[in-house]
Amino acid sequence: MEILVILVPLALALGGAGLVAFLWSLRSGQYDDLDGAAWRAIADDDPPQDRSV
Amino acid sequence: MQMTRDFSHYVRAAGAGLQHIDLAVEGVHCAGCMAKIERSLSAIPDVTLARLNLTDRRVALEWKEGTLDPGRFIDRLEELGYKAYPYETESAEASEVAEGRLLLRCLGVAAFATMNVMMLSIPVWSGNVSDMLPEQRDFFHWLSALVALPAAAYAGQPFFRSAWRALSNKTTNMDVPISIGVCLALGMSVVETVHHAEHAYFDAAMMLLAFLLVGRFLDQNMRRRTRAVAGNLAALKAETAAKFVGPDEISQVPVAAIHSGDIVLLRPGERCAVDGTVIEGRSEIDQSLITGETLYVTAEHGTPVYAGSMNISGTLRVRVSAASEATLLAEITRLLDNALQARSRYMRLADRASRLYAPVVHATALITILGWVIAGASWHDAIVTGVAVLIITCPCALGLAIPTVQTIASGAMFKSGVLLNSGDAIERLAEVDHVIFDKTGTLTLPALEVTNAADIPADIFQLAGRLALSSHHPVAAAVAQAAGAKSPILNAVEEAGQGVRATVDDVEIRLGRRTFCSAEALVSGNNLDPEASIVAFSRGSEKVVFSVRQGLRPDARAVIAALKARNIGIEILSGDREPAVIAAAHALGIAEWRAGVTPADKIARIEELKQRGAKVLMVGDGMNDAPSLAAAHVSMSPISAAHLSQATADLVFLGRPLAPVVAAIDSARKALHLMRQNLWLAIGYNVLAVPVAISGVVTPLIAAAAMSGSSILVMLNSLRARSGSREIV
Repeated sequence: MEILVILVPLALALGGAGLVAFLWSLRSGQYDDLDGAAWRAIADDDPPQDRSV
Repeated sequence: MQMTRDFSHYVRAAGAGLQHIDLAVEGVHCAGCMAKIERSLSAIPDVTLARLNLTDRRVALEWKEGTLDPGRFIDRLEELGYKAYPYETESAEASEVAEGRLLLRCLGVAAFATMNVMMLSIPVWSGNVSDMLPEQRDFFHWLSALVALPAAAYAGQPFFRSAWRALSNKTTNMDVPISIGVCLALGMSVVETVHHAEHAYFDAAMMLLAFLLVGRFLDQNMRRRTRAVAGNLAALKAETAAKFVGPDEISQVPVAAIHSGDIVLLRPGERCAVDGTVIEGRSEIDQSLITGETLYVTAEHGTPVYAGSMNISGTLRVRVSAASEATLLAEITRLLDNALQARSRYMRLADRASRLYAPVVHATALITILGWVIAGASWHDAIVTGVAVLIITCPCALGLAIPTVQTIASGAMFKSGVLLNSGDAIERLAEVDHVIFDKTGTLTLPALEVTNAADIPADIFQLAGRLALSSHHPVAAAVAQAAGAKSPILNAVEEAGQGVRATVDDVEIRLGRRTFCSAEALVSGNNLDPEASIVAFSRGSEKVVFSVRQGLRPDARAVIAALKARNIGIEILSGDREPAVIAAAHALGIAEWRAGVTPADKIARIEELKQRGAKVLMVGDGMNDAPSLAAAHVSMSPISAAHLSQATADLVFLGRPLAPVVAAIDSARKALHLMRQNLWLAIGYNVLAVPVAISGVVTPLIAAAAMSGSSILVMLNSLRARSGSREIV
């Protein structure tokens, strides 16, 4: 049962890391345009000649 | 005269020598549009950011200060085939966005805590029936407390605040029992943990918060979306005016930047965006959007003009006056204020449910405690059982019952061309049993149409259409549109107030007034209907007349029939003249109609119907309809409506057909049915669970299973609102 000393803090830390990641994604505006984000993932990259000057 | 566009009102500094503007873009649907717009705009030199938001249909642009005119972006979008208008974020919308983010943060924290506390609870539940040591159980309970208490303090904010506000106003709402339930569950769990007890309810409290926050977030998200739609609609109205910035120089500026005393230019075919008085020029103006009257009014020096009037023939200079001076607008504003106050008394289904709910639940918990004490249990055991009752009855599914349906139903309505302007409109729309239509612009199309196109030879029609392209007159524009004309005749000359003429193959052609084409004789024998404007066309000695009027919406008849089939009463209330209203009523088979009614009369009629217990849906577009839109139980406007009406209406429908009116009523009825069903599901769950809780055999495991089970059931039921958005007419 001594393993709990490692496992419980580890589990909580992983959960906490997930929470921090969520809060970061929220702050960086990743939920502002859910419809658009779905499409951006599959959009082609800009062809080089189209890049802004 | 020089013409510039001034967008400085909308441009703001974005720091580091950058400038920022938001544009609302019309006609963006898919990922293709998004890629095309972003690529094309970021190809402009010195543009540092071009990002389209597909949810809000807005594009954010940033560029190096002083290098570009924002008008260029609008022109570029126009070339791509999109209409764009500068957009100004209202403070109301900004605060909705901030609230949405807070709810999402709370939801994230609550979900994190729920998962981690559950991870600690499951070993305890399985350990209780096997070989877990009491010390280990206590350790897990303390760990749970360590996670749950701070998380609940943070994620519970929206509920605690709202409950506190309600209590300090000496009222109660759904958040009061929620807050009491969460606090008691956590408090009791801490006390139990201190006393090394077997059960603690940290997981139930956190799960409750997480589920309720999902409901709260969906509800708020819908409000935010409707607010964004309303904001875009306002921007797409493109309320600009040509303001004189010098004696001979005009600039196209947003209405917000125009002040009383300014002088604006109103050209033929333009819609006036301000209230004012004519100081120079002579023209006919169409005030149908304001009064419902389709006959043109002559405007000359000293004539008042109101925002929304269309200038027909000549160019006018208008001095802008303060809106309060205008008697018509002042009257409409006063009526509107009264009507809006009356409407805010409507109580939402969720509020009605919670008003019943809280006393029943608290009474049950109290009776449980007293009952157990009388039956001989210790105070400690009795209170633990009482708190378990509160936990198990906490309105978890109840909090999801309505927002989930609303979110899904509003999505379905959006697909059938209806935008929601207010969140509780679905509930109110579902109760409608009487529909009042305005005529002009609602039953009829806002644009003019040629009604006798079939009687005119195709080659003449084509030629007239091409000639009409050279005129600014709206009637001529209707002829050009009907003919599908693309290439104007080169040497055409417009004679103000008369018509246009040109010479083609050595024959003179003319389009305009009957006298201008010497076609008076034709009209007397061909008097079609009193509402139509007659425009004559002559080619040498050949003469024809076009009868131009606002046509009925293509599916109006079918929609009226569909409404009748649903046992909904229908009537027309119009500010227009009697013959015009009779004609429309006959064509549509509507028995009840009133003509020449004032805004006050319309409200009086709605009040009369209310007295009789009818739930009235008002469908109208004019400024004169705005007060009655607010007075009615629920209201709808076409997208072409006057700004004021659109802001007042609960729902806005897009496009030429009238079918969205029926589609919206059907979706709303279905949604209300599902909401009621969800409430019954939630209540049914309580009826089953409460006796178990009262008998004192509830364990945290039962509480968790019951709570998540009922919530998932309600959510799945709500998904049914998505199906069946079928063709109505």
